Amino acid sequence: MDILLENMDLIISLGVIMIGYFAGSAAERKHYTSIKKREKETLGFPVVTAEAYFADGRVKESFMVSGSVVISMDYFKRLLGNLRNLFGGRVKAYESLIDRARREAILRMKEEAQMMGGDMITNLRLDTSTLTGSANRRSQIGSVEVIAYGTAVVFNQE
Amino acid sequence: MILTNIQSVPGKKIVEHFGIVQGSTVRAKHAGRDFMASLKNIIGGELKGYTQLLQEAREEAVERMSEQAKQLGANAVVNIRFGTASIAQGAAELFAYGTAVRVE
Repeated sequence: MDILLENMDLIISLGVIMIGYFAGSAAERKHYTSIKKREKETLGFPVVTAEAYFADGRVKESFMVSGSVVISMDYFKRLLGNLRNLFGGRVKAYESLIDRARREAILRMKEEAQMMGGDMITNLRLDTSTLTGSANRRSQIGSVEVIAYGTAVVFNQE
Repeated sequence: MILTNIQSVPGKKIVEHFGIVQGSTVRAKHAGRDFMASLKNIIGGELKGYTQLLQEAREEAVERMSEQAKQLGANAVVNIRFGTASIAQGAAELFAYGTAVRVE
């Protein structure tokens, strides 16, 4: 019992890592299922990164759409990432995080464009930025923000 | 006000240029949201509070940019770009800039 009490901080941090691992990977799996499902639904909606040129009288109106998401990694992944830093190389734990954030942002943008009656999106741009740690804690918060934006175009129906 | 991030407004002709317009806003997250975010950080996943905060901030920046364009007599802003800069612990600056034009 004494040993337990003496190493309380170690046990707490182990517990947090365990919670991070189980809850984090469950959440990630759920998120990927949702992303895949929604990507399938919006597959027919064209999005291009190029600036498209249209014939006269083809376009009825155009407007900007954007989608953004702030996503953070769990304790377990942060630990893995820190370990990875010792040797260098691919940090798989972080890759899936960025991948999820980017796909989610694009999906949100597409959904907004569909909701507002757009027919396609041109000139898609993606931006990633990290948020600094919170004001009351010096530690890094380990979260990224991804924003996707573009111009939605509505065609004349003829 | 027509906003696009391409060089023109599809289906319309640009008749006058007014130069660049920009809008920015600096936002800080309040302590309650910070606390919730740090809890959420244990299990990872989306930080909804921050997503919403940044979305609102960006809308505000775009709003200010449109206001500036309107004062110049423009009816559209083309080639809009967004940017984010963290200027201090817990505060982020969001800015939007573009070219104010009049289209017909």
